[in-house]
Amino acid sequence: MTTQTDIPTPRSPYVRRKTTRGNFELYSWVFMRASGVVLVVLVFGHLFVNLMVGDGVKAIDFAFVGGKWSSPFWQIWDLLMLWLAMIHGTNGVRTIINDYAQRDLTRGVLKSLLYLAFTITVVLGTLVIFTFEPCPPGAPAELLASICTA
Amino acid sequence: MPTAPAGTLYRGREGMWSWVAHRVTGVSIFFFLLVHVLDTSLVRVSPEAYNAVIGTYQTPIMGLGEAGLVAAIVFHAFNGLRIALVDFWSKGPRYQRVMLWVVLGLLVVTMAGFLPRHLMNVFGAS
Ligand code: HEM
Repeated sequence: MTTQTDIPTPRSPYVRRKTTRGNFELYSWVFMRASGVVLVVLVFGHLFVNLMVGDGVKAIDFAFVGGKWSSPFWQIWDLLMLWLAMIHGTNGVRTIINDYAQRDLTRGVLKSLLYLAFTITVVLGTLVIFTFEPCPPGAPAELLASICTA
Repeated sequence: MPTAPAGTLYRGREGMWSWVAHRVTGVSIFFFLLVHVLDTSLVRVSPEAYNAVIGTYQTPIMGLGEAGLVAAIVFHAFNGLRIALVDFWSKGPRYQRVMLWVVLGLLVVTMAGFLPRHLMNVFGAS
């Protein structure tokens, strides 16, 4: 005599419906906060060195940029700042487009323009930082950083 | 456009206006950054090209614009830290309003340090 009957579980245990959209928005939310903290340091340092030290904006010219970017320290600083600020800013503007552009077509067009601007700016900026020549041959010496004549 | 009902929990007051200001400053900084990368890229063209374009920026009107831009960045930066604190610090939501006044206080202090120096560089002799 069998006392054990094979009764199927009355209903399947609760399973959360698997989301099909991934966790992109969560990561982007975390990224906005994490990149923000790093950007405070990068941007404030940038503004202090370029606008407060010495003669500030008045002193910015080719020689000033040449002097800064002959140092790997400032190349890396500016590269990191470029990438983080562009990803942070682009992601922020993406949120704003999603908030206000109600028609699919409008949203698509605006976001395509946004990603195009992102790509052009990041590629151009990265190339400039790394292919920059602080002492271009044939340029008048008085326009160049002091390291070029030393 | 659907219109929101009047007087919901989140409308008006410090919370909404700091959000509006964070949004406006964020977009403004973003568009400035696009132009800023373009003008800096002129160092790759020639010293003369870069100096010519940067020279057109070194005017009193642009100097005032830079002051406004720095104020926008400083507000966005401090208020961004406030947003992160509201989200991650257990007491953040309770102190969100106080923290906004701290943000505005830090903005005033930072600008008080920056403006005299900057305005002297912009308007001072040679
Ligand atoms: C200086 C340090 C910065 C900090 C601490 C910071 C912080 C933040 C935070 C925490 C958010 C998220 C707001 C939210 O999810 O509700 C945000 C949004 C945003 N940020 Fe920044 N940010 C900084 C710099 C920048 C820069 C350089 C740009 C421009 C390139 C920028 C553009 C934006 C934009 C467009 C948004 C979206 C605003 C919105 O959704 O209302 N931020 N920022």
